[in-house]
Amino acid sequence: MLDRDKGNSTSDPAGTEAKLTDKSTKKLSRRTLLKGAAAVAGAAAGSDAIRGFPTIWAQEIKDIELRHVGVSYSVVKAIGDQAAKDLGFKVTMQNLDTSAAINRFISQPNTVDIADLEGWQAKLAAKRGVIQGIEVKKIKEFDNILPIFTKGEIDGHKIPRQGISPYEAMYIAKPDAQDLHDGVTEWATFLPQVYNADSIGYRPDLVGHDVTEWKDLIDPKFKGKAAILDVPAIGIMDAALCFESAGLIKYGNKGNMTKEEIDFTCNKLIELKKDGQFRATWTTFDQSVQLMAAGEVIIQSMWSPAVAAVRVKEIPCVYAPVNVKNGKEGYRGWCNGMGLMKHLSGKKLEAAYEYLNWYLSGWQGGFVARYGYYSPVPSTAKKFLTPAEWAFWYEGQPAPEVINDPYGVPMEKSGTKRDGGSFLDRVKNISCWNTLMDEAAYMNKRWNDFKVA
Amino acid sequence: MQSSQTPPRANLAGWLCVSPLVAVLVPFFVAPILVVLAASFFATDGFGGLTPGFTLSNYIEVLHSALTLKLYLATIKFTVLTWIFTLIIGFFVAYFLVFHVRNQLLAIGLFLLCTVPFWTSNIIRMISWIPLLGKEGLINQALLATGAIHQPLEVLLFSDLAVVIAYVHQLTIFMIVPIFNSMARIDKKLIEAAIDAGASRFDIMRLIVVPMSKSGIALGTIFVVSIVMGDFFVVKVMSGGGSASVVSAFYEDVGVLQYPTAAASAVLLTLVLVAVVSLILRTVDIRQEITR
Repeated sequence: MLDRDKGNSTSDPAGTEAKLTDKSTKKLSRRTLLKGAAAVAGAAAGSDAIRGFPTIWAQEIKDIELRHVGVSYSVVKAIGDQAAKDLGFKVTMQNLDTSAAINRFISQPNTVDIADLEGWQAKLAAKRGVIQGIEVKKIKEFDNILPIFTKGEIDGHKIPRQGISPYEAMYIAKPDAQDLHDGVTEWATFLPQVYNADSIGYRPDLVGHDVTEWKDLIDPKFKGKAAILDVPAIGIMDAALCFESAGLIKYGNKGNMTKEEIDFTCNKLIELKKDGQFRATWTTFDQSVQLMAAGEVIIQSMWSPAVAAVRVKEIPCVYAPVNVKNGKEGYRGWCNGMGLMKHLSGKKLEAAYEYLNWYLSGWQGGFVARYGYYSPVPSTAKKFLTPAEWAFWYEGQPAPEVINDPYGVPMEKSGTKRDGGSFLDRVKNISCWNTLMDEAAYMNKRWNDFKVA
Repeated sequence: MQSSQTPPRANLAGWLCVSPLVAVLVPFFVAPILVVLAASFFATDGFGGLTPGFTLSNYIEVLHSALTLKLYLATIKFTVLTWIFTLIIGFFVAYFLVFHVRNQLLAIGLFLLCTVPFWTSNIIRMISWIPLLGKEGLINQALLATGAIHQPLEVLLFSDLAVVIAYVHQLTIFMIVPIFNSMARIDKKLIEAAIDAGASRFDIMRLIVVPMSKSGIALGTIFVVSIVMGDFFVVKVMSGGGSASVVSAFYEDVGVLQYPTAAASAVLLTLVLVAVVSLILRTVDIRQEITR
């Protein structure tokens, strides 16, 4: 991956050294490789680019393997490979879909070391007692994590708590506590690592006007050309945003609906489905890209990198800036973090802390920024981004030069502006967070009614 | 276990013969089914926690829900449609191979050709329909170009039609193989005798071929019905999420950690399938037909 990452080497001295070392150690024995890895880590530490340098000796860590398990957009092989190279122990990334992942954490906790958790999953995992609290003191960059996560606010703006916000799921009172704690403590359930604000993707050439409101998704004008996300827990929130936007209903809490609100929402969805509004529903990133790229739909709930993936195919596609207005609209936020499984102890636990610290040290933040996601510690991510990339992805300015994706493929022309504007414009307009409702079982049943209607 | 009537050695050989099957079935089939059965009677705290105990509430909930009925109707619709098409296609392919291809080597060669699509994965075979059937797919483009239609046909993809097409494509081989097998056993002299006795082609089909292929048809039916009823992925992808099946619904239950209701639905589906299969076995005595 690094080899393709040439545009970046100026701001990435450690990365360049890593690349050289990597080349010279290719096809050598495991022992030499480990020495090489240690050298890289040393070089990185020397350049101060990576703050979380290993404090345990290569000899002791060489047999350690960390299994980081979670969804594909959060647990990325290239990131694990880089971590292994920098840290000197083995990191295995395993991908599952959201529901398979949480099922595995709960039913086979010992097959996982680092769990990839969304806020609501962190709440569940704590409840089931499969994770241990993360000692905040051991996280070097903790004080630099944006207050969105640590304090529930940013830039004087209170982060809304419809759904399960990362801040709400962040703390527990004791390392083995099973219930979340409202307010800052010394123990975290999970360490945020990647997040974004989701909205609608659309074809500007076919929709014909700028989309800034969710209600366009259910506009009869787009009958048979719209799609919605089919992960019940979050699909229903996208639907709720649409209905609220159209003025059909006002929810108490979109992220934790009452039975009546669930009934209203699902009945309305069934009505729309019978009218032929939805061409399809989608469950994976690739499906949403295919639907848009193959001309099946022209407007759908969508993720930012999926919109970018459509654009790379030279098909115009816009990520709708659905800023909050009149108490309606807003993005649906999500955040994935890392949880330490309960069985970790001794050297392996130390290695896990090294790994968490590495995650916040910037390389990963730079990597995810290049496909439109954000790091909880932008100050370290910035060191791994070119000034042009920083201006484009975080500041919402017109790209000073061609912007490449994480693998070095050009994705945005010079002069383009990121949809939705700067980082602050986007996160301040998050109106609800991915969730698991109290009435999840009932909601699921009603969602199945929608599916089979 | 040894009875005094059977010689010990024969008895031992018998046990050795079934032991691999038992070794596979007990840990990988019987044990999981028992776990699911047990879980279906447990209560849950809604967060994935199970409280051991005995409650019928999961079954009551599943059986009282209009959703269950709708899901079964949807699943049965797909099953019946798939069964009809796989049966018709499978039967005539087998008939052609057995009775019309004179050269046995060629027949076997053609039979193997039928299996070629199965050298790739199910999922790939299913997904490859999408570029063909889509709004901007090959079929729509061709029809638009010839002027036969002016708007792309949306019914081709993300519809029940697409689901049935994918199932038929995936499962016809399960009909061809057993029907081919039972047809190949029909003595050709029987057909000749029927012709000599003045039977029409339709009579031969009706009175000889179909009755004597019954076991193959029954076996193929069991395969097709149990696969379609136990599947959710094809429905999910080919209907574009627009339809659901019994299994897709309880998969969603598992997704939100509602294990007991999912388990109850699974047990119910197993019972329904057992009933269907025993009904088929009642109509056709497969054991007798095979050893014929």
